[in-house]
Amino acid sequence: MTLLFQMLVPLIMAAVALYAMTRRVDVYGALCQGAGEGLGVMVKIVPAMIGLLTAVYMLRASGLLEALGTLLAPLLTRVGVPPETIGLLLVRPVSGNAALGVGSELISTYGPDSLIGRTAAVMLGSTETTFYTIAVYFGAAGIKKTRHALPAALCADVTAFLAAAWSVRLFFGI
Amino acid sequence: MEEGHTLPGVRIEWDKRGVDKMAMSVIWTGMVAASVLYGFWAGNGPAVAAACMEGAAAGVELCLTMAGVTCLWMGVMEVMKRAGVAEKLSRLLRPVLCRLYPDCKRDKETMDDISANVSANLLGLGNAATPLGIRAARRMAAKKPGVASDSLCMLVVCNTASIQLIPTTVAAVRLSAGCQTPFDILPAVWLTSAVALCVGVLAAKFMSRMGRRKK
Repeated sequence: MTLLFQMLVPLIMAAVALYAMTRRVDVYGALCQGAGEGLGVMVKIVPAMIGLLTAVYMLRASGLLEALGTLLAPLLTRVGVPPETIGLLLVRPVSGNAALGVGSELISTYGPDSLIGRTAAVMLGSTETTFYTIAVYFGAAGIKKTRHALPAALCADVTAFLAAAWSVRLFFGI
Repeated sequence: MEEGHTLPGVRIEWDKRGVDKMAMSVIWTGMVAASVLYGFWAGNGPAVAAACMEGAAAGVELCLTMAGVTCLWMGVMEVMKRAGVAEKLSRLLRPVLCRLYPDCKRDKETMDDISANVSANLLGLGNAATPLGIRAARRMAAKKPGVASDSLCMLVVCNTASIQLIPTTVAAVRLSAGCQTPFDILPAVWLTSAVALCVGVLAAKFMSRMGRRKK
């Protein structure tokens, strides 16, 4: 099972390439074109990451994140969420880049294989930028009365944060 | 979905009001101001000063170490796109989605867009998913202007939940932090996403029923 997950990406790559060959797709040309576009995306993210990681590192160094975590620790530990992830919980629904910044700081500070690092990674991988997405969809569709969309979406977010912490404990037993 | 990306062919009215840009400015200014003030108060001023430089360097470093994996995966996604994997997946998904959007079942074009949106989200093609989802949202909104229908709420809830099967960005971050097996979190991510999506869908169904009873 572990081997399967380790091999997942190369397996997908091989399967996609073989399938695309049967469809007579220029596999290598497409790969290079996509990778080139990826480079453009990365270049666009760099300024945001410089700005956000500066702010996140400062926030961490000032001790404010820690203080906030300690303040909410009784509540968070009761529901099984590591209090260190408080910054990620706050920023995730609002901004994708900021969440990536906060999350990557957590992952590199506590280590990618630590409980906190893994929980942060799962939280990042299983949630979306809720407020932004809602603004885009309802803005584009000209909706004023959003009814139950926001509360239902936030229910899903809270569930994701809790489930992330629980599932990391379940799968990694730490 | 990343903030500030352009959606080809979709004019976004709220963008003119500058809502999204101001939100980021408020967040960033708030973070910096709060850390300077709190750093002074808690006596961590020098640490804040050092972190300021460190953070900027870490931002560039993170992007550089992430770039390889991210670009490779975008290349693989381009191959998938040209081979028509997304279309195939969306055809498989349609029967399930018809149950989730009962009032759009007869509207073939909307259903096409919804299933294409879901399959693009599953494959992690965020840039392709959003315009499709927005087109479906507009068509749903046309029936009842200004008010979100049950289906539109469901579409939005499903798009605020992450259903990406291979979260490569997170894997790239873990890899850049020195992780040997960046994808070992996949089962946890899948379980978490599935649970969260189910709760979101059930909450939407339940709340729409509650809202109707009140009237």
